[in-house]
Amino acid sequence: MKDSPVNLWRTARIALPLTFLLIAFAWPLFSITRFSLGWDGQGILSPFIDAASDSYLRGRFIFTTWQAALSTILALAFGLPSAYVFARYRFRGRGLLLAAITIPFILPPIVMALGLLSLLGPSGLANDALTGLLGFDNPPIRLLNTFAIILIAHVVYEYAIVVRLISTFWANMDPAVQEAAAMLGASPRHVFFNVTLPLLLPAVAAAAALIFLFTFTSFGIILILGAPQHATLEVEIYTLMTKLFRPHIAAALALAQLIATFGMLWAYVKLQSAAVTRIRLRAQGATPSTGRSPTDYIMRLGAIASVLLVLSPPVALLLRSFITPDGLGLDGYTAIMSNDRNEYFYISPIAAIRNSLAFAVVTVILAVPLGVLAAYGLRNPRAWWRNPLDALYMLPLGVSAVTLGLGYLLSLRIGEFDVRTTVVPIILAHTLIAYPFVIRVVLSTMRAIRPHLREAAHVLGASPLAAAMRVDLPILSRAILVGSVFAFAVSLGEFGATLLLNRPEYTTMPVAILNYLTRPGAINLASALAMSTVLMVVAGAGFFLIERARYRGWGEF
Amino acid sequence: MVTDHGMARFSRRGPERWLFRTVVVMLVAVLTTLGMACDNLSVDITTEDLPRDLIIMSHDSFNIGEDVIAEFEQEHDATVTILKSGDAGETLTKAILAKDAPTADLLYGIDNTFLGRALDEEIFIEYESPMLDNVPDEYRLDSSNHVMPVDYGFVALNYHIAWFDEQGVAPPTDLRSLTDPQYRVLTVVQNPATSSPGLAFLFATVAAFGEDGDYTWQDYWTDLHENEVLVTDGWTDAYYTAFSLYEGDRPIVVSYTTSPAAEVFFSEGALTEPPTANVLGDNSAFLQIEGIGILDGVRNEELAQQFVDYVMDRRFQEDFPTLMWVYPANEDAELPGVFEFAPIPDVPAELSPETIAENRERWIDEWTALMRS
Repeated sequence: MKDSPVNLWRTARIALPLTFLLIAFAWPLFSITRFSLGWDGQGILSPFIDAASDSYLRGRFIFTTWQAALSTILALAFGLPSAYVFARYRFRGRGLLLAAITIPFILPPIVMALGLLSLLGPSGLANDALTGLLGFDNPPIRLLNTFAIILIAHVVYEYAIVVRLISTFWANMDPAVQEAAAMLGASPRHVFFNVTLPLLLPAVAAAAALIFLFTFTSFGIILILGAPQHATLEVEIYTLMTKLFRPHIAAALALAQLIATFGMLWAYVKLQSAAVTRIRLRAQGATPSTGRSPTDYIMRLGAIASVLLVLSPPVALLLRSFITPDGLGLDGYTAIMSNDRNEYFYISPIAAIRNSLAFAVVTVILAVPLGVLAAYGLRNPRAWWRNPLDALYMLPLGVSAVTLGLGYLLSLRIGEFDVRTTVVPIILAHTLIAYPFVIRVVLSTMRAIRPHLREAAHVLGASPLAAAMRVDLPILSRAILVGSVFAFAVSLGEFGATLLLNRPEYTTMPVAILNYLTRPGAINLASALAMSTVLMVVAGAGFFLIERARYRGWGEF
Repeated sequence: MVTDHGMARFSRRGPERWLFRTVVVMLVAVLTTLGMACDNLSVDITTEDLPRDLIIMSHDSFNIGEDVIAEFEQEHDATVTILKSGDAGETLTKAILAKDAPTADLLYGIDNTFLGRALDEEIFIEYESPMLDNVPDEYRLDSSNHVMPVDYGFVALNYHIAWFDEQGVAPPTDLRSLTDPQYRVLTVVQNPATSSPGLAFLFATVAAFGEDGDYTWQDYWTDLHENEVLVTDGWTDAYYTAFSLYEGDRPIVVSYTTSPAAEVFFSEGALTEPPTANVLGDNSAFLQIEGIGILDGVRNEELAQQFVDYVMDRRFQEDFPTLMWVYPANEDAELPGVFEFAPIPDVPAELSPETIAENRERWIDEWTALMRS
């Protein structure tokens, strides 16, 4: 039967992602919610009523939403010029720079805080310069625990999403449309706002959705850089769950957060599928810009400024890691290399790198095919279930990681089969956060492919699988590589995995950094900074290498 | 002339081969993961003997010598695994969630601020260790013997000595000093809703000022708030990002009485005197006692009891002071020399675990409301 592999392929691209979601997402969430909602014995509805009637919690909901919206807008504004430059220009060191700007994405919040403060803190570079040059008595910039520093941190974190998602799409866009508009007399600004931007909308919307979800559930940055009045819903859920022992209220909040996320996602996927324009996709090398218009210069300046902003925390950390109380030195590096005090929890940098890379590679191997498969399942524009399914796939990014992490403790055990203290929850959590990135990146390109390419392949006798492999994949390869970069980054940065149980033999670089910072003393800070530098170098090298991995003959896209 | 991408190369060894490779790699990855997972499964159904391995849940600050654990393993023909489970509150939450099917045999890190909650949830079984005889009364944690005391410490204000010398300002002497206008914008504390030392410091103020009278703990915090106290969410960001000894500009921080000694110890010989000092006035430092308990559902109770005894014995007790920066509960244990910089307060602030259990959540709520205004 010729039909059966086709049907298998059709079923698999929906059944596999859904099975994964059931195990890694729905079941743990259901378990923890069922456990928590009945906590006070007042019935399932009372926690919702309690939460909704609490004006403080309502205020947190509003704050959470608008700080996320503001962060998203700022990140887009900062990232767009850079996306343009990375899409349209070929310059030496482009690959390295692209890898470098992705590094902040994986920094643990406390490390990001240390990086930002060595620039903007009371004794940081900016304040030193201002007091030195302008003669201020006290440091004029005071940012710790302000709303401004949360926004700055969010922009620095999410910048890479904007640049990578949008530039990937932009680079493949055929400039003929814009050239035609220009030839018909449109000014460069007119071309940008009326032609380019509408065509870019799917990619812009995808980036915006990811950033909104990330900042909507922002946790570490808020805890480290914000003040108590900046608590997001996620922070409140955490406090209610682990400090105040009101899991029922926490579960009600987590469900409210989930429902709100789902509503916003549905609106987004509808908007996005309406915004799709089938465009002619071109190989990247074919579309360099030689623009000399004012718009081009503004874009270039904007890109340089934002790259400098985003790279300054990692660079500051790197330099800071070589500064010791008596000048330059390698104290931190020497300290992390040996277990002088014979500690049970010591981990060598080599072992920490190995663990981090092992988790990251497994995450990429699982999340990328899963995401591509899921994206294929979402291609049919006429199916009624497409939009809800798309929103469902994205939901893990908007769920409370605290709740989910604790949910694994209840769900990952069936009788004697108990995987709660193994690598399984870690891998599940990393993959769960990673695969929505792959879907978003791949889907925005996939939808722009004109169907006649595939139809031509069918006419020439290619099976659906062969058409997918030989027509779609080469066009998608660039998007898949970008998806892999994010899957790798999500795992290296340990998003959402903070509330799992950690076996000492699984210690990763971020965990090692945090371990050093649980005790006072100069050498501990130096060790944490040295380990952070190791993390940044490994991450940067990883990003760079992933993007160079290309299948022969696919590279142009 | 444009050649269309790759279509021209329609060879048999095309991208399908790549798909095949991906599937193989995925399968290998999944199987390896499961293999690693099964390695760590400690299900002993085949043998009648009790398992000889122990799993201990602990908070993230737990630390001990590798050789100390190895000696126990050798002596008792056992293997010991320590799972770090977040801060004290997160660890307890996880133990409560896993109550019906514990992920560990013992839990280390329950202190007097969480004891009431742990006892209410009945996650521990009783064990009265013979080593308890070596623990002075004031450092015993749980009269019902579900949790055995291991160590104690004091959450206290630290100040940056050089800053006060340079500014010619006298350092604070007790909690009340902080409300003095000359200490405006100088102090950083942690949020009691998110941080263990933050909560202990709130308790110190409750113990010092009380709930009734002319000047209650609420009045004190109102004054602190007006004096522009900075509140961070955790110890790490208070100490490393807000305290003037590191990246910040505030010379007074809530930390531990052992922190000045740790500064000397971790200076790698650069310092002979601490750069910071404690505020040790009466009722200024809050006593925290931490303990270990055997979880209900323990697989090998006898081995777990032997581990509790071992933890309370001198070998273990003398090893952890410079790793965890707390004082050993066993009075026979000798302290390392650097602890000369970690004096014990004459009159610490104390609250009974029962009082804490009754009021903990209400106090946190009131504090949050107070500081929000």
